[in-house]
Amino acid sequence: MAFASFADFIAMGGHAPYVWAAWAVSALLLGGSVLHARTERRLLLRHLRRRSRREQRTGGHPEPSQRSCSMVSQHGVARHDDT
Amino acid sequence: MWAFIHKLGSPQWFYAISARLQPWFWTAAALLIGVGTVWGLAFAPADYQQGNSFRIIYVHVPAAFLAQSIFVAMAAAGLVFMVWKIKIADMAAAVMAPLGAAMTFIALFSGAVWGVPTWGTWWMWDARLTSMLILLFLYFGVIALRGAFSSRHSASRAASVLAMVGVINIPIIKYSVDWWYTLHQPATFSVTSRPAMPMEMWLPLLIMVLGFYSFFIALTLMRTRSEILRREANKRWVRELIGEAG
Repeated sequence: MAFASFADFIAMGGHAPYVWAAWAVSALLLGGSVLHARTERRLLLRHLRRRSRREQRTGGHPEPSQRSCSMVSQHGVARHDDT
Repeated sequence: MWAFIHKLGSPQWFYAISARLQPWFWTAAALLIGVGTVWGLAFAPADYQQGNSFRIIYVHVPAAFLAQSIFVAMAAAGLVFMVWKIKIADMAAAVMAPLGAAMTFIALFSGAVWGVPTWGTWWMWDARLTSMLILLFLYFGVIALRGAFSSRHSASRAASVLAMVGVINIPIIKYSVDWWYTLHQPATFSVTSRPAMPMEMWLPLLIMVLGFYSFFIALTLMRTRSEILRREANKRWVRELIGEAG
């Protein structure tokens, strides 16, 4: 342990603002990346499951409405020419 | 060998294999970053000149490593996509760009706040700092270019070309501290010589670097899998996969 007490640890020998700012920004961006990736996946799966259920109801025919769906972006399901 | 590469290029196969690899890299990332953080912040001895501000190194150096490595990986993926038309390479390149930009930002920001107590300034147009700022703008360029086309194929080609051209900046960043030695200190890691730091400072840094790399691999696997589902949403195997699960 390089510090005598917890207060010493927080103070970082007078360098607290610099050390904690750098670490906080790093933690925020790493944590944010994970959160973003998880949200992206959850929303995408929810969208695809809804579509799947809708198609089962309509007998497997894709509905025209999904062509303008925003979740699977303009590069996704809405385009058939480049798949 | 070619059969293997071809298989690797199949989104369906990649989707299955990456599901099995992913937990290992997440676990490694959590363990390494966890250990590195506690060790680096609380147990590594303070620097005899810089005091405790040197603890910024444990996020600064790993982020700077990744910022450059991700760009090289992105350019390599772009090359694979352009030459062999392997779509999975383009999907990986697409999801790497934002993380690369985030890492470049961490490197620049942590460097700036480190510079205040150490150099007495948060910014100088030093070669290393300037070339890292250019790297950040290159990432922004790649991300913006991808969104600027209505055709995905054109967007992918444009982003690949920019990544391949922009990769010239990487050796400039690497050698900037040797060519124009103005403010930034030379490299911390070297293959040929022993570390200039004492072991108990250097080991946690190595652990953090490995942790950041694991994090990058884990996140890229995860987001590439989402990208596969998005782009292959109309393929039969994705429809079957979703149908079974939901």
